[in-house]
Amino acid sequence: MEYWFSEMHTPNVKLSIRVDKQVYSCKSEFQRIDVFDSPEFGRFLVLDGYMMLTEKDEFIYHEMITHVPLAVHPNAKDVLVIGGGDGGVIRELVKYDDIEHIDLVEIDEEVTRVCREYLPFTACAFDDPRVSLHFEDGLKFVRSKKDAYDLIIVDSTDPFGPGEGLFTREFYGNCYKALRSDGIMVNQHESPFYAEDAIACQRAHKRIVESFPKAKVYQAHIPSYPSGHWLFGFASKKYHPLRDLDEKRWNARGIKCGYYTTTLHKGAFYIPAYVEELLSNVEHAD
Amino acid sequence: MKKLTQERAPIYEALENFQSMRMVPFDVPGHKRGRGNPELTALLGERCMNLDVNSMKCLDFLCHPVSVIKDAEELAAEAFGAAHAFLMVGGTTSAVQSMVLAVSKKGEKIILPRNVHRSVMGAMVLNGALPVYVDPECDDDLGISLGMSVAGVERAIAQNPDAKAVLVNNPTYYGICSDLKKIVELAHAHGMLCIVDEAHGTHFYFGEDMPLSAMAAGADMAAVSMHKSGGSLTQSSVLLTGPAMHEGYVRQIINLTQTTSASYLLLSSLDISRRNLALRGKQAFANVTRLARYAREEVNEIGDYYAYGKELINGDSIFDFDETKLSINTLNVGLAGIEVYSLLRDEYDIQAEFGDLGNLLAYISIGDRPREIERLIGALAEIRRRFKRDKAGLMKQEYIDPIVVVSPQEAFYADKVSLPLKQTAGRICSEFVMCYPPGIPILAPGEQITPQILDYIEYAKDKGCSMTGPEDADITRLNVLKGV
Repeated sequence: MEYWFSEMHTPNVKLSIRVDKQVYSCKSEFQRIDVFDSPEFGRFLVLDGYMMLTEKDEFIYHEMITHVPLAVHPNAKDVLVIGGGDGGVIRELVKYDDIEHIDLVEIDEEVTRVCREYLPFTACAFDDPRVSLHFEDGLKFVRSKKDAYDLIIVDSTDPFGPGEGLFTREFYGNCYKALRSDGIMVNQHESPFYAEDAIACQRAHKRIVESFPKAKVYQAHIPSYPSGHWLFGFASKKYHPLRDLDEKRWNARGIKCGYYTTTLHKGAFYIPAYVEELLSNVEHAD
Repeated sequence: MKKLTQERAPIYEALENFQSMRMVPFDVPGHKRGRGNPELTALLGERCMNLDVNSMKCLDFLCHPVSVIKDAEELAAEAFGAAHAFLMVGGTTSAVQSMVLAVSKKGEKIILPRNVHRSVMGAMVLNGALPVYVDPECDDDLGISLGMSVAGVERAIAQNPDAKAVLVNNPTYYGICSDLKKIVELAHAHGMLCIVDEAHGTHFYFGEDMPLSAMAAGADMAAVSMHKSGGSLTQSSVLLTGPAMHEGYVRQIINLTQTTSASYLLLSSLDISRRNLALRGKQAFANVTRLARYAREEVNEIGDYYAYGKELINGDSIFDFDETKLSINTLNVGLAGIEVYSLLRDEYDIQAEFGDLGNLLAYISIGDRPREIERLIGALAEIRRRFKRDKAGLMKQEYIDPIVVVSPQEAFYADKVSLPLKQTAGRICSEFVMCYPPGIPILAPGEQITPQILDYIEYAKDKGCSMTGPEDADITRLNVLKGV
């Protein structure tokens, strides 16, 4: 007897993971939520059939989306996380003593509830006194904020479904407005590899370039995600992700990571030629 | 035979039944269930092509319905509270034209507001009826024309006691409603019929706490765009009649211009939409109202935009307001409505219904979800942040009183001469000039061209409004009557 979870990465490619058992399943107002246990990837979270994170490789994603901007921004005190109801980003953020306040805005309260119960390895820091949870539309939340944050982390799902609004120009524009004059926005930027994902990736980059004076992309290798090659966006009003990287300052914090190092930080911004081309095609359009 | 109730959808049921019979087609359409046109089948899907069939015994005939279409029309009449309902496949344009053709003939007068749809003028070109315009009042701050004031209708009736009918445009594109009940009473008291262009009012028949519908107000005919708020396919529509109208005569009028090959895609969409509205309309429109109210509050919260609502009601020319309409005045943002409309489309991938000089209309319907509403509000906030200008320099959309010199029909078919726009002042126009959307005439055949009208045309062109109607698509020239 074999149980397999399969996710279509394209209409012609799928990734299958052998499953021990289904731990939980429910349908929230926004999406279907499933939790499975597997021999290879440990416990994993699935939304509407799409793998969100696995116990084995979630550290890569969460470290890369959090520590890259915080090794650049010299003085981040107020942080906004959009999405990220699993708590992985919060877990990394609370390692910074000088962060004073974190707002987490997740549209689906059910996701957070399920993660608190079944994914303690990510949902472990929601009760930190600096964290405020808001269960509402991210686009709506950020609309009323002005000059309020040093860092915004957009930890969204894919741009098809409830997360679609977080890949729009109006959202990035509202984030720009919500950031202070030296603020940074980092976002989950999809994969450049398969054709459909590449288009979404390119569109997101175009809209960020239109909204921020500095917009770079960096990469990581995440085995459970389509193609395993994943991008993050680094958009900033002032700081450059490499020129303003302060390795000494970050290393002095003594944060222990499984993937991120300040050396890897520098390498992550050197992206493959085909990705460079994909992105530069929209950087100077009209 | 199953009982005819609102749970039924006779045309849809007949189509399902027809499909299961696997009839061999030796009739039109020639694509024969899509097999003869594989590219189109790939685009629209096999299911859709299979339903694109001709009228036949088991599917009834729209021109002379005797079975399933007759049943569907009876159910529609019951759902709308009408004496009879005609399913229409030529858009609400054809429903409006059928109303005009049914109530008037050559030389007879119809009292109507200037902000009627172009289809009304078209019908008058066809049958030679004469327009008597009631000036719709204008809200100077918003730059929109309002409903018909009762006093205005009274005056027009007193001056034209021989008129055959009063036409009311209710609600307007912007959601403004007239005092329909009083106007109907007034018309009837003077032996005139009352017909209503209710293109934007399908939901009035099904939602709760909606403005009064034409049939409920006692009107004699109403043209209802099911494909707007009702959810049916584009180009499908319903013509409703009251007890005073002769069903057979109205059918004859419709058959003068309507196709003899009615699309079953359109007919079944009307049938299924009627059933859906009758069974679930109340709940669906409560949701639409809730979304629209939320959007209105949030848009007003942004600042400078004014999303207007029931506070406009003045008991007469704004007798009621359709809360499902999200009409937004943009003048205090320093942008024309059409400019915001273009920015939404070009910068934010959001297509609004229309923008005029001072207003933007975002159409909220039974297909909307909160997340799309958030995108619209977010984008409007961004447009204000990025593009806000001083208010100065914006001209308001003003009402220009038409001077009707000859009938639309006479002017349309008269000998004419083409002149450069600037040289046309004082002449009689022989064609339409429309600012589209919303398709309200600036000039209609038979009307005198004035310098004020010419200024307005130049300005609207300059602001990027789409001007249509004249033979010369760029509107650098106009056709005017020869020698007049």
